[in-house]
Amino acid sequence: MAIYNLNINGRSAEVDVDPATPLLWVLRDHLKLVGTKFGCGISQCGACTVHIGDGAVRSCQVPVSAVGSQEVTTIEGLSEHGDHPVQQAWLEVDVYQCGYCQAGQIMQASALLKNNPDPSDEEIQAAMNGNICRCGTYTRIRKAIKLAAEKAQNA
Amino acid sequence: MTRIKTTIGRRSFIKSSALAGGGLMLGFSWLASCKRTEEAVAVLEMPEEWFEINGFLKIGDNGVVTIMSPNPEIGQNVKTSMPMIVAEELDVDWNKVVVEQAPLNTDIFTRQLAGGSQSIRQGWDSLRMAGATAREMLKEAAAAAWGVPVAEITTKEGMLLHEASGKSAGYGEMASAAVQIEVPEEVELKEIADYSIIGTSRKNVDGSKIVTGKPLYGIDYQVDGMLIAMVAHPPAFGMKLKSFDADGVKAMPGIKDVFSIEVYPKDYEKQWSDTTVYDELVVVVGNSTWEVMKAKEALKAQWEPFEAYEDAYQGAARTVPGGLESTSGHYEKLMTMGAELAQTVRKDGDPEAAFKKAHKILERSYSCPFLAHNTMEPMNFFAHVTADEAKLVGPIQTPEYMEKSVAGVLGLPLEKIDIQMTRQGGGFGRRLYGHFLVEAALISKKINAPVKLVYSREDDMSYGIYRPAYYATYRAAFDKDNNLTAFHVRAGGIPESPLFANRFPAGAIDNYLAEGWAVASNISVGAFRAPRSNFIAGAEQSFLDEVAEEMGKDPIEMRLEWLRKAEQNPVGENNDYEAARYAGVLELVRDKANWNTEVPGTHRGVSAYYCHNSYVAQILDMKVENGAPSVDKVTCAIDCGIVVNPDAATNMAEGGIVDGIGHAMYSEMTFSEGKPDQTNFDRYRLIRNSEAPKEIDVHFVDNKIDPTGLGEPPFPPIMGAVANALYRATGKRHYHQPFSKERILKG
Repeated sequence: MAIYNLNINGRSAEVDVDPATPLLWVLRDHLKLVGTKFGCGISQCGACTVHIGDGAVRSCQVPVSAVGSQEVTTIEGLSEHGDHPVQQAWLEVDVYQCGYCQAGQIMQASALLKNNPDPSDEEIQAAMNGNICRCGTYTRIRKAIKLAAEKAQNA
Repeated sequence: MTRIKTTIGRRSFIKSSALAGGGLMLGFSWLASCKRTEEAVAVLEMPEEWFEINGFLKIGDNGVVTIMSPNPEIGQNVKTSMPMIVAEELDVDWNKVVVEQAPLNTDIFTRQLAGGSQSIRQGWDSLRMAGATAREMLKEAAAAAWGVPVAEITTKEGMLLHEASGKSAGYGEMASAAVQIEVPEEVELKEIADYSIIGTSRKNVDGSKIVTGKPLYGIDYQVDGMLIAMVAHPPAFGMKLKSFDADGVKAMPGIKDVFSIEVYPKDYEKQWSDTTVYDELVVVVGNSTWEVMKAKEALKAQWEPFEAYEDAYQGAARTVPGGLESTSGHYEKLMTMGAELAQTVRKDGDPEAAFKKAHKILERSYSCPFLAHNTMEPMNFFAHVTADEAKLVGPIQTPEYMEKSVAGVLGLPLEKIDIQMTRQGGGFGRRLYGHFLVEAALISKKINAPVKLVYSREDDMSYGIYRPAYYATYRAAFDKDNNLTAFHVRAGGIPESPLFANRFPAGAIDNYLAEGWAVASNISVGAFRAPRSNFIAGAEQSFLDEVAEEMGKDPIEMRLEWLRKAEQNPVGENNDYEAARYAGVLELVRDKANWNTEVPGTHRGVSAYYCHNSYVAQILDMKVENGAPSVDKVTCAIDCGIVVNPDAATNMAEGGIVDGIGHAMYSEMTFSEGKPDQTNFDRYRLIRNSEAPKEIDVHFVDNKIDPTGLGEPPFPPIMGAVANALYRATGKRHYHQPFSKERILKG
């Protein structure tokens, strides 16, 4: 066990855990931030996607010991009032069915738009291919990303 | 005017009045009511007091209405669509409605189950009745208060109006009086033409919680002092626990206990939702998920093959065979056992003679593999069991049934079992089978603490309860003029047949033979989105495409000819479809997709199917780029009667189509010596974003028929459309799923 001071959603959080503990389980079990979802544990489904700095990462593959003081953003911290352009677009398109994978989809999509504000259809599909939606809402996910890009550009 | 007897409303009122003591008002203080609605109401002014009109709804003194959604939400959107039906008949402004997940209460609600695409269809009457009853009671309260005849009172969006006197009041003002009115024995339902909520698109009531990551799902549930448990099941079907070494693992950090449990005792009679072949499991309990995962990995357990055994399942003795099965052996059986085992299920005319006389016979065989449901939220459940009661919280499609199982296994009375439903990260049939509730309850009882049982993806995918493997052989006989003279389907599987003998084209063909067969297995199976239809639709619709080609006919026109015959001059009895509605979706999809206009470079496949009381036809457009076929567009026509929430229904159809393309093309579960070869998404292929169609265009038949199911019907036919479009795009017919890695099979 070791003590880590993490920077999660702009706040510092102290945890005392095994250094190998994946960030996913630190968030879910220790910090009670359960918006980040467990899907596969081997970075194949994207349900656990969070941001470290500006990049999307699979939190199931990041040991807490590797996080250091980097800024971690989870779905709970993506926006203060739940009104990030990607969240707004998701609501407007009513993307989700069961909704379980959508926090990961939204975190992946918001990282994409941060780095590429006007992605092509091919770029969207390539960026989103690691995020499984078992309900099959892929066409809505693409549509919502396009809409979010427009919203961000008009903002 | 439709009048409807208020049986359910009356019963639920009696329940409420009993609670309130002699029929007086039943008030709730805002803070004492369910926390989960707090945010949703934040934009609304909060009522001081709630008045429960019946079990389905309560009205706040300021006119805000809470509607209970009775059924489990697995992504099919019932949590929005079912309350919409209540709100319609209550005649309330949807923006003043808060939705709560109802408790499990079989005295008030009927069929609290997610399955068979039946929630809307079977809830249609009781939901409308609940809303209409409340509206009538509010009108009576207003009539009494104003001293006017109730017949002169009208309602509009939460307002009671008396035109002659100009009096008006909000529902909230009359709610306290309304709860004292006796429940009417009959109420008038709205005319369909007067609907203002049903038939309009309303957003998912959990949307803002989903996009902000609020705890909605069973796996998110936690209470103080809660421990985490995981279970180890045998690594292969056909094996059972021999022994395990707990000592080393118990000493690992954060681990509380390691023990085994017998899930279903030997003398326990399993009901259908108790499916499992792993009755003894090793349990690891600890403080956190990661610590328990590591300990479970380190666990040393020995497993041994079991011999064939008998158990009691659904009221009958059943034999579970021994042996370690492999996929190669399965296919050997699928290809060879049909001729030996087939039993006639339906015969019209004299098919044997017609085949004997045939000028030409077309014979084709189709197969599909086992599939894992792979809900994105793995199996999990919270349980807190004490000496005299049990509380369970989590994702389950069959809470009514599992309440009985938990009570039976724990030896507690039914009323001491409290199962609370959470939003579910997918169902697809997997969560009809709730062994994990029983496991969680037994673990909590053993460690005497609240516990959340969590399956890893590997545990989940290798546990079983799969979609069975199926095989079907179709034969068609033609005379020398290429007219169809007989049709034969022989369909079987491991461990059940996918046959629906009375579905189309039965009823349209004079000489028709349908046979079924099955081979036992110890690999456990369960209902998977549109059970049996999810294979047989694609097989049948692929075969019809070849029959049409053989006859030189357009595949839609051929189906329409057969359906006209089935409508005007049906063959046989018990034909399980309405030919006119079947034809209706084919005509609609044909017109919407401009089927008769060829587009160079676009290769189209058509398919249509009836299941779960609804009709779906689809046209799939494929393009070939750099030698690789990809799905460009799917046009879909659906007849499911009245569409309650059109955009959500469209979403459901889009999802079913993507799901069907994915399973037809990519997914399979295979076995080596009983062991699943795929245990996570690295080897189990699910469809990805770039593989979904570029566009999906969904149309609904506009009619006034009572609504039927939608969760399942758009899924089965698309597999036929994929196969038929692939043929046009590549010149090659595909018979064996998954098509992306089609096996070379005889037949």
